[in-house]
Formats: sequence, structure tokens, C-alpha cells
Amino acid sequence: MADDLFNSFMTGPDENGRFGDFGGRFVSETLMPLILQLEAEYEKAKTDQSFWDEMDDLWANYVGRPSPLYYAERLTEHLGGAKIYLKRDELNHTGAHKINNVLGQIILARRMGKTRIIAETGAGQHGVATATVCAKFGLKCVVYMGAHDVERQKPNVFRMRLLGAEVVPVTSGRGTLKDAMNDALRDWVTNVRDTFYCIGTVAGPHPYPAMVRDFQAIIGKEVRWQLAEQEGEGRLPDTVIAAIGGGSNAMGLFFPFLDDTEVNIIGVEAGGKGVTEKMEHCASLTGGRPGVLHGNRTYLLQDDDGQILEGFSISAGLDYPGIGPEHAWLHDVGRAQYVSITDKEALEAFQLSCALEGIIPALEPSHALAHVMKIAPELPKDHIIVMNMCGRGDKDIFTVAKHLGFDMAE
Amino acid sequence: MTRIDAKFADLKSKGQKAFVAYVMAGDPDYDTSLEIVRGLPGAGVDVIELGLPFTDPMADGPTIQLAGQRALEGGMTLDKTLALARAFREGDTTTPIVMMGYYNPIYSRGVPKFLEQAKEAGIDGLIIVDLPPEEDSELCIPAQEAGLNFIRLATPTTDDARLPRVLQNTSGFVYYVSITGITGSAEAQADDVAPEVARIKAGTDLPVIVGFGVKTPETAKAIAGVADGTVVGSAIVSQIEHGKSVADVLAFVRGLADGAHSA
Repeated sequence: MADDLFNSFMTGPDENGRFGDFGGRFVSETLMPLILQLEAEYEKAKTDQSFWDEMDDLWANYVGRPSPLYYAERLTEHLGGAKIYLKRDELNHTGAHKINNVLGQIILARRMGKTRIIAETGAGQHGVATATVCAKFGLKCVVYMGAHDVERQKPNVFRMRLLGAEVVPVTSGRGTLKDAMNDALRDWVTNVRDTFYCIGTVAGPHPYPAMVRDFQAIIGKEVRWQLAEQEGEGRLPDTVIAAIGGGSNAMGLFFPFLDDTEVNIIGVEAGGKGVTEKMEHCASLTGGRPGVLHGNRTYLLQDDDGQILEGFSISAGLDYPGIGPEHAWLHDVGRAQYVSITDKEALEAFQLSCALEGIIPALEPSHALAHVMKIAPELPKDHIIVMNMCGRGDKDIFTVAKHLGFDMAE
Repeated sequence: MTRIDAKFADLKSKGQKAFVAYVMAGDPDYDTSLEIVRGLPGAGVDVIELGLPFTDPMADGPTIQLAGQRALEGGMTLDKTLALARAFREGDTTTPIVMMGYYNPIYSRGVPKFLEQAKEAGIDGLIIVDLPPEEDSELCIPAQEAGLNFIRLATPTTDDARLPRVLQNTSGFVYYVSITGITGSAEAQADDVAPEVARIKAGTDLPVIVGFGVKTPETAKAIAGVADGTVVGSAIVSQIEHGKSVADVLAFVRGLADGAHSA
């Protein structure tokens, strides 16, 4: 660990919500008092043992935490190098890491007396998690989802409706995840008194990036003690790897290791059809530049005039033109390395996971696995990689079938 | 003294309320929007709010969202928005122009360069929706140093504890947002607005102009009557959306201006 706070990577954000130059509170005046109130309430909850007791109870008995840390023996043998562990967050209730954060925010919303929850969703995993926890607590839930995503993620739309949520197809802009976030913000600005905006990733105005990170950090905290149990006291991973859209599962895995500088940290962005000038990708760090959107300064896909571009990826969950501001900062200070993986490489990894480990992964962690496949063979056998298997692939089988030329209708 | 300060001093001496009109630069196309903007002062507009198109206008309702999309699809850019202001300025040296939009296109240009270009183009003030007082060092302070007014939004959620901070670095005028919501939504109510305007005026000598939810000459009159003036945006943009001729758009604006001026 770092000797003092000045050398720590874990003290951010500052009182203005900044990680270096990134983050901040770029919202309209109507919302500003609301996010200041949220920040105050979160600061209170953070140091309140009863808040964490409630979280721990639900994490254990409702979500099924801790999720296993699984030694992927056949994958390790197949790749012939580094020893590969998978953090099994796809085994959580609702099938992804998203619920870790949703529980925290909804408990906070209840403490604040809010009765109506709104959320944005891309692939639908955050929407399903939010609808689930709202059902559990009897809260009204409205989920904004791009009209295009409503069409291609029908099973999740139906899940949300079964759980009692209202799913609003978003047709503004181009009807994608970023437009869903715009419409959620428009809803919040209109319904300021009773509504809590449950953001699904480590982005948005302060305090969201820090708050969502803190809730997701349970992933990395578990990895620390689980690996020590399996590999011996004090043994840390040599490399941690996770996929990044907005970056919440990655931040959750990375954060507890930021000050262990011997741990390599690698974030994997969605390279779509390739990170080229054609911009058919979602790799904000590799192919974007700093800008301001959705309440924070971060790396964004944008044109020369500062207009935001649409991302492109086979994975709806990575299809966002920005990235959490803490990742932008970790990238610039060099603490974490960010790479990109194409749709094609992710599809290959998806199939390898099915064939060798009997795990059908979501397309998001398939990107992380594809990078593991690239680097593991070159690494020594005593090098430990921990990869976050952040979601399961049930939602993606239709997409994958289409790409593999399998007719599901037969 | 900026053109905005001069305009409000003049209105005050005449005992008249201000009428502020918003149009999106480049909607439906550059030439038509320049023609509309050139006609606004003659239609009774005291201050022009010129929208800078942005792909993700988080505080705007469907009408202004679509106007931005039309402008962007027509090839509108920050440079062309500045060119439009410059072209207007050639024939009108007194009507203030306030550029209204979002921060990213400005940040992308670079703040010092943008301020120099905006000033040169004859822009007098800025309303940047996603820059609250907490982010004043980004653009607000540099803009004031460059001699441009930075007009702040005050809203129904701006409580008494927060109001001084909102007013602190504001100049030109204060824009009171009459409702919690997005542009073009529910009708503003003069009875709700009056005490809020009084609350703001207790903290500043700047004029207080009220916008959001003003759509008709009657509302313009009622709202201007309890403030120093009123803004209409979506209702005008809606005329453009429906393909009305420049003359018809300006006649509609004239009706609103007469409403506000009769207060």
C-alpha cells in the first residue's frame, strides 16, 4: 500500500467531484440542489454502520454474494501461460454486477424518502436490476431505454415489465443509451421532489461516479480475500482485467488494487469494427478526446465541432460514447492501461468460454476474455490474472446466433 | 457597459418590459434562420437568444431538440453560428445577442479562442445550461473578463441558501426558469412566478427575465407583468418546425412582443 495519502490513487474525487481534471458537476441549475443533497445524504450513509449492515444482509441473502472466485483450469491449460481466475459476478441475482450498485442507491433513495425511481438502460441489465429492487421494496420504477435497444433486447423489456416497471422507449436523438440518459435527466429535472435517479455506471455528475464505484468495490474487496484463501496469505493478482462501457464493473474490480502498484490494471473497451477514423467503435479512451457530457468531463467520442458521436458495438452494454471520469484520470496518470477488442475477437472469446469452461458469458466480459486470450500465453505460469466475468450471456444468445449464422426460429 | 446593459437601461427609462426571443441558429437552414434573426428587432424583440445546436440538449423539450437536429443535419457548426451573428451585426449594432447552448462545443473549441471569436462576432452574452456556479472557473469568469455577460439560470429549486451563489457571478440579467422541467413544457403561471421574482430581486439589481412555458401573447403579458420581461423559445421554434414563412414567423413574434410590451 502507499505510504501516505499524497501517493495514493484512492483519495479521489476532491470536494468538487474531480479526479484530476475529470468529473465535476456539469448540470443545469434545477438539478444542482438535488445532487448536492444526494452528496450530503451519501456522505452520511457512507459512515453509518446501519446502512452497510442493510447492504451486507441483502448482498448475502438477496444477491448471493460473495460471488465465487473461480480458477479456470481448462482455459489456463488451453492458453498455456498465466493462471486465470474468473470473478463470477454473472452468478448474482439478475445475472450481472449491476445489482451491487442498484441496491446501494435504492437503499439511499429510501432513506431520502423518495418514492419514484428512474433509470436509463442500454442492454437492459441495469434496467432489470433497478426494476427488481424496486419490486422488492414496492417503489414505482420508470426505465428509459433507446427505442432501438427496446427492439433488440425484447426479453429484458419483458422482464422489466413483469417486475412492474414502466419501460419508456426513447426516440429522441438517435434513440440509443446516451439518449435514454438524456431523457432520464429530463424526467428528473421535471419531477424533482419525489424522484431518485439511479444511474447504472460510474459516470454522471458528482457524486455518482464515486458512489457507484464504492458500491461496486465489493467485487475487488472480495477478490483480495478470496485469492489469499486460494493462493496464500498476501498473494495479490498480478493482473486484473475487466470490460468497460461506462466502466462500473471495472472500477469495482480495480479500485481496491489502485495503491498496490505491482498489480497491473487493464480495462478493455469495445473496439466494434475496429478503432479507425470511421469511428465504428465505443473506445472512448483509445479513440476519443476529453469533453463534457451528462454532468461530467471525460473522454468522449465526438467530432471536431464537439458534437457527440454514436458508439458502435455488438454489445449493447458497451454502446456508450463516454466513460467514467475516474477511468479517464487513471488513463492519463498511467495507473491503468486501456486497450480495445473488436466484435469479432469478443465473439471468439464468447465461444471459447462456452466450450472450455461451460460458462456462457455476456458479450461485455467476452471483450475482457478476448484480451486475456491475447496476453495469457506470453505470461509465466505463476502470473495470476483475475478477470471479471461481470454478466451472463442469456440476454445475448439471439445476437450471437445471428452473427454465427444460426437460425433461432428453426 | 455591454449592449445588454444598455438595452435594459433604455427599456427602464421608457418604463417598458423586455421581450426576449429564442431561435436555433441554422434552423431550418442557415439562410432562412439569418433572415428570421435579422427580422426579430423589427418584430419587437429586445434581446435575441441564439441557440447553438448540440447533439445532447439535456434541458430541452422535443421542439428545441428537433430544431437542433435540423440545424446539425443542415451542416450547422459553431463557426457558422458565429458567422450568423456576425452577419446580423453588420446591419444592427444595438440589439444584444445572447448565445444559448451547452458547454461541450465551446470546450471543444477551447475557451480563450471561443471567447475571442464570440466577442469579434458581436455576441454580447452567454447562457450555458450545464455550467452551474460550481463550475464558474470553466467559462463564467473568463467570459466576464473578456467583456461578455454570463447570464445565469435561477430555478424553483434554487433555495434561499443557494440563491446568493447563483447571483454572485451573474451579469446582464438573471434568467428565471418558471417551472421545474424542460423547455416547451407546462404553461407558466404568473401567480407562481411573482413571489419568486421578488425573492430574486431582493438579492440583485439585475433585471429578472422569466422563461420556460411562455407560449402565447396573453402569457407573455402576464409573466412580463410580474418580472422585467419574458422569453419565448419553443413556441417560435414550433412555427419554424411547421414550415411557416419568414413573414409568418415574424408576425407570430410580433404578437408575442406586443403582449409582453403591453404589460
